[in-house]
Amino acid sequence: MTDAPVLTLRGIGKDYGRTVAVDAVDLELRRGEFVSFLGPSGSGKTTTLMMIAGLQTPSRGEMLLQGRDLGPVPPYRRNIGVVFQNYALFPHLSVAANVAFPLQMRRVGRTEMARRVGETLALVGLPDHGARLPAQLSGGQQQRVALARALVYQPPLLLMDEPLGALDKKLREQLQLEISRLHRELGITVLYVTHDQEEALVMSDRIAVFNDGRIEQIGRPQELYEHPASRFVAGFVGESSFIVGRVTSAAANRVAIETAHGMLCGHPATSLAPGDAAVLAVRPERVGISEEAAGGDRNVVHARLVEVIYLGQSRKFMAALPNGEIITGLLPIALAADDLAPGQTVDLTWRASECTILPDH
Amino acid sequence: MEPVAADLTGAGPTSRASHLLLVLPATLFVLVVFALPVAWLLSRSVSDPAWGLDNFRTVLREPVYLGLMRNTVQISVATTVLCVLLGYPVAHVMATCPRLTRLLTFVVLVPFWSSVLVRTFAWMVLLQNNGLINRALLGSGLVRQPIEMIFNRTGVLIGMVQVLLPFVIFPLYGSIRAIDPALMPAAACMGATPARAFLRVQLPLTIPGLTTGATLVFVLSLGYFVTPALLGGRRDVVIARMIQMEIGQFGDWGVAAALSLVLLVATLSLLGFSRLLVRRGRPT
Repeated sequence: MTDAPVLTLRGIGKDYGRTVAVDAVDLELRRGEFVSFLGPSGSGKTTTLMMIAGLQTPSRGEMLLQGRDLGPVPPYRRNIGVVFQNYALFPHLSVAANVAFPLQMRRVGRTEMARRVGETLALVGLPDHGARLPAQLSGGQQQRVALARALVYQPPLLLMDEPLGALDKKLREQLQLEISRLHRELGITVLYVTHDQEEALVMSDRIAVFNDGRIEQIGRPQELYEHPASRFVAGFVGESSFIVGRVTSAAANRVAIETAHGMLCGHPATSLAPGDAAVLAVRPERVGISEEAAGGDRNVVHARLVEVIYLGQSRKFMAALPNGEIITGLLPIALAADDLAPGQTVDLTWRASECTILPDH
Repeated sequence: MEPVAADLTGAGPTSRASHLLLVLPATLFVLVVFALPVAWLLSRSVSDPAWGLDNFRTVLREPVYLGLMRNTVQISVATTVLCVLLGYPVAHVMATCPRLTRLLTFVVLVPFWSSVLVRTFAWMVLLQNNGLINRALLGSGLVRQPIEMIFNRTGVLIGMVQVLLPFVIFPLYGSIRAIDPALMPAAACMGATPARAFLRVQLPLTIPGLTTGATLVFVLSLGYFVTPALLGGRRDVVIARMIQMEIGQFGDWGVAAALSLVLLVATLSLLGFSRLLVRRGRPT
């Protein structure tokens, strides 16, 4: 038996005058799921989140929270938890009073309130900070308080708008793991907005990739990474190199395209027909440098190294094809020859089954 | 090395001296035309007509003077309350609707560019029994008799609120603008109705601006002269007007000086009290 979805979006959109901020978003969020909205700024992910919170009014479409139409419900009756990017803590209230605020609004009794505030502050690792003012805390601690304040009333849905955007990398990674832990332990349903693809990959059950006010693709992290459905997703989630061409033959799981560098094969993302404009996308870690031309299943292109970067665990290189297209590769340090240098010509090779052929619009 | 160090140490006193020199003309001017005359006037409260505290005894005991102090405080309190109630919404809209900020700033400032006297006479034209407002009301049949809006408390308050409104609007505007724009939406998401969000979040955070604005209005009201004199009735005589009458009509410099001192002390203690409030309201 499947649970009813916690949140359902049907064709939700938002216009500002003639500009379309969000075109039409469809989404079903299952109980306990962690879903990220990933996309560049201006792609509509935050606007969508704000419409769910009730802080923006949709121009079209329908939203259901646990089966209830959210349309006529004002934000203060939606019972949704929201964590804002710059914390939005009340500067005149102590940490404990900040966390107690939503309980006061729900007229929770004094003893019950004190107990839940204490528990929630302990949950986010700040059991002894209740008496302080927000300004006396570090950025990371402030974000924990904001999290506690959104969790204390046990909302059925927690919205987070780039909550770690203002923190440095180390702290961000630490808090990512902590948010994941809270999500697992509490079984809460989370919608998380970020423009950081690594963050989305680390934390999410599913990722919705936003582009131009629409969800371009939604799926599990591995699915998105290994089977991007569009050139945009292939370039935005992880890194990809692209070679353009035209389809010459198309089978269910094998497509051949004619390119400036010869015939190349790959796995099709969608159904393609001979003659379609297409683009081959390959991940850096799939690209190898070969001494002898390997045949069979492998694609091979001839290229000139333009950049070799030492990264400690690996070596990253960029190689230019004769028509200027750039292929990026990443070799584990054990496999990367020490004498790789810009200017060398090399044969780059990768398995046809490990690259994707996408329609090129 | 050494000459450089010497130069640097020499720069301090020199620049301080030049700074003092720059403020000297203004300081002298204020001293000669303001501080000295005021000190001279105030000194007459204990020396005119004879040395002693008789003038203060008069001012603080005689029912006439107590009555006009009560008038002054009543008018000032009412003006302040009205300014805050009318000004807060305007400041709020100015701070939260960027498209209206410029227009409203202009509208609020326009009265500043014309003299108080002109504005007060304009009110007389509008408010008197056969003035524009009453004629419109009578003409439309809404009232049978003209409403008395002038030469009484109503007239004084209308005139003073109009003149003093900007003094409460601008400090409030500043302190509403300084609030993180995410706070009110955050409060709403946590279940606060607009009214509760205002009372628990915005209002406490605007206390410094509110205190500053209200103090300015109250202090200015205490010493207000033109509007109560022109728009008020016999029961609306205030301290400032009485000081002028004591000197101009009765020639009683001693009592006028004592009244001035009472006004000055009241004003200064209010300012001090308000500074204390603002400082305590500001989170460290």
